[in-house]
Amino acid sequence: MHGSHAPGRRPELRIVAVLVTGLLFWLLSAPLGAQQPRTGGTLTFIVSAEPPSFDAHREVTFALIHPARPHYNLLVKFDPLNYPKVVPDLAESWTISPDGTTYTFKIRRGVRFHDGSVLTSRDIKASYDKIIFPKGDVISVRQGAYTMVASVEAADPTTVVFRLKWKAPSFLQDVASPWNWIYKADIIEKDPHWYERNIMGTGPFKFVEYVRGSHWVGARNEDYWVRGRPYLDGYRAVFIGNAAAQVNAIKSGQALVEFRGFSPPQRDDVVRTLGSGATVQESGWLCNNTVVFNSRHRPFDDARFRKALSLAIDRWGGSTALSQIAFVGPVGGLLRPEGPFATPQAELEKLAGYGRDIAAARAEAKKLLAEAGVPEGFEFNLLNRNVEMPYRYVAVFLIDQWRQIGLKVNHVVKETGPYLADERAGNFDAAVDFNCDFYDDPDLQLVKFLSVELPNGSVNGLNYGGYIDRTLDRLYDEQSRTEDAARRITVVRQFEKRLLDEKVWQIYVLWWKRIIPHSTKLHGYKVGPSHYLEDLQDVWISE
Amino acid sequence: MASGVRAVAQARGPAVAAGRRVQRRWLARFARRYPLGAMAGIAILGLTVFAGLANHLAPYDPLANDFGTMFAAPGARHWFGTDAFGRDVLSRILYGARTALLVGFAASLVGATIGGTVGVAAAYFGGTTDLIIQRLADIMISFPIIILALAIVAILGSGTFNLVAAIAVSFVPRIELVVRASALSVRETTYVEAARAIGARHWRIVFRHMVPNVTAPYLVMLTAFLGQAILLEASLSFLGLGVNEPTPAWGLMLSGAAVEFVQRAPWMAIFPGLAITFTVLAFNVLGDSLRDALDPRLRI
Repeated sequence: MHGSHAPGRRPELRIVAVLVTGLLFWLLSAPLGAQQPRTGGTLTFIVSAEPPSFDAHREVTFALIHPARPHYNLLVKFDPLNYPKVVPDLAESWTISPDGTTYTFKIRRGVRFHDGSVLTSRDIKASYDKIIFPKGDVISVRQGAYTMVASVEAADPTTVVFRLKWKAPSFLQDVASPWNWIYKADIIEKDPHWYERNIMGTGPFKFVEYVRGSHWVGARNEDYWVRGRPYLDGYRAVFIGNAAAQVNAIKSGQALVEFRGFSPPQRDDVVRTLGSGATVQESGWLCNNTVVFNSRHRPFDDARFRKALSLAIDRWGGSTALSQIAFVGPVGGLLRPEGPFATPQAELEKLAGYGRDIAAARAEAKKLLAEAGVPEGFEFNLLNRNVEMPYRYVAVFLIDQWRQIGLKVNHVVKETGPYLADERAGNFDAAVDFNCDFYDDPDLQLVKFLSVELPNGSVNGLNYGGYIDRTLDRLYDEQSRTEDAARRITVVRQFEKRLLDEKVWQIYVLWWKRIIPHSTKLHGYKVGPSHYLEDLQDVWISE
Repeated sequence: MASGVRAVAQARGPAVAAGRRVQRRWLARFARRYPLGAMAGIAILGLTVFAGLANHLAPYDPLANDFGTMFAAPGARHWFGTDAFGRDVLSRILYGARTALLVGFAASLVGATIGGTVGVAAAYFGGTTDLIIQRLADIMISFPIIILALAIVAILGSGTFNLVAAIAVSFVPRIELVVRASALSVRETTYVEAARAIGARHWRIVFRHMVPNVTAPYLVMLTAFLGQAILLEASLSFLGLGVNEPTPAWGLMLSGAAVEFVQRAPWMAIFPGLAITFTVLAFNVLGDSLRDALDPRLRI
């Protein structure tokens, strides 16, 4: 009876079997070649343009986000490695009331600003008040995206409450905006413009220096509230505008990555040189080029002229050709072609300038120009920024398209700062603009097209065209309040038709495609459809 | 009145004809003594004709995108190939000559004229005026031409007019120094003293008696700086600070896509590069020859 035991019944063998199984499971579940994060090193990356100011609440460009975002935290944020999941940042948790109109955030304890002071809910409230209810001459370009917010309250030092006027389905994602940097309340109260020229946050890296025309340096925040983060000792953002020089910097190892994107030929060049030393990540891109018309200037105040300009553009031909030399790609409507709100192609082709018959479209454009009294050879200025990729390519394309309906366009190129200043001041006829975002949501993407003066009296700092269109304002409001998804899409389509086909206040050119070739030494980075999300908290380099 | 004008013109006729004969003889002698300079002059003349007639000579519209022929290699249809937008490189080079010559001539002429005038004025007035002008010139000359031009364009912004202004300003002190040196010796001549003695006004002495006698160094500097101006235009456009796309300009043609696609379509960079090289060479050779021909100290 006791002479023979089945192996499985012997306790020591059972333990060995469990251990072996566990070991095998661990070995098989670990990705081949996976490495443990390494602490140390300085990441050098490229930024194509220089920041116009240091205040994210008023700026719209990666030129600020890329070098300066690592100095700050948000209330909640998109997980850069698991987009579009929203994860805690300065808020350790949150609750949403059953009716969806009250969001209560619990703030982490013990978080310190880089000057050593402790963060409280008062800092969150002050930052959001500056974003949603800016006072005096303070510019907040995204206040229009938060029209649903009735109030922001600091209930106690660790609690912030957002009360909404209506249930907004994407409010949590709106709060995760990478632009909503948390500033120190005392500083904002003393001087609301202080953050335009200075840096002071709670983020993983402290500000070291910014040398205009050269570089921006950040050093590890030793008191950072996330244990063991950041991995890097520091980072160095080098400003390189020339696309060929950017590629050379990556190829030579002087920089490991450029977080915005490269064109297909640039990618191929990097891969050809670095071989197995290069990793390529690609994604759709929540970004595009638009053209904004200054409706305060004649004949841009005439919808027929604006529509003629849109009709003249061969978007389908341009997409095929330009995607070979620049990082532009898909033809799309107001919402991202790969996203959940994308306009179906059949509907898209009905909009002005989206038809497949470009000859017929240009004939109609010439007819509209004649009706609007615009003579052959009419000349105007096209403002552009000196960011080569893809602005220069898009402008050359547009100028040629408009030349084909008898218009003469002067290309005026400026640095990012003066370019944005001219857009804001209305010093342009037409401008190559962009509409880039961090999340597929009409509340975010459509706010740029609302009237310059909103119905509630606030200013839409993203509308450079200077027009007022209450129909667009009403449709925006309606889609934002609509809980029925199908109905919301219908209203968005109405908004799109009004904007792109009837009034043509602004036009879309082409959406972009994101291609990031980078050194294999870079880890903890995953490309997503937004180029605004990287805070370098979890990024590390392998040597 | 009208008959009076006719009479004067008739009286001047033989003098004008004689003047032309002298010019022709001078040109013939120049061609014999400086054949390289003469060839450079002919090349520049040819370039000017090509630039002027670009709209008749260019086989294609230099601005027309043709996405069906992107990166076409040089061949029967496109002698110099096409660029990233399918634009004909030869047509863009022919039109680009206009930009090069316009900026080159305008910047050199403006820079040399202002510099020359200031140089003569500094020499004539001397004293504190000369001292101030010289120190300002010293400060400006301490910056390399390209750096000074870069700084000016960075302040003024890009565009053809600003480019001309930036290049012209950076030439002013250099030309001023050379012309001033010549004007200093002219100031001491007896005819200038005589003009002063009879109570001639300053402007009359400067423009009537001094300026014509510093024409030779002025012309030499003008020609020498023409090549430099074209090179500067190309450099600034290459750096994205000159004229803007889609204007055909040689420096601009060398930048952006030409660099990015140099392995795939080397003709995008080779032909504009050659155009710049030969043009600058021609202006430099002509400038050297003119200097030799006009400077009495170098005459054998």
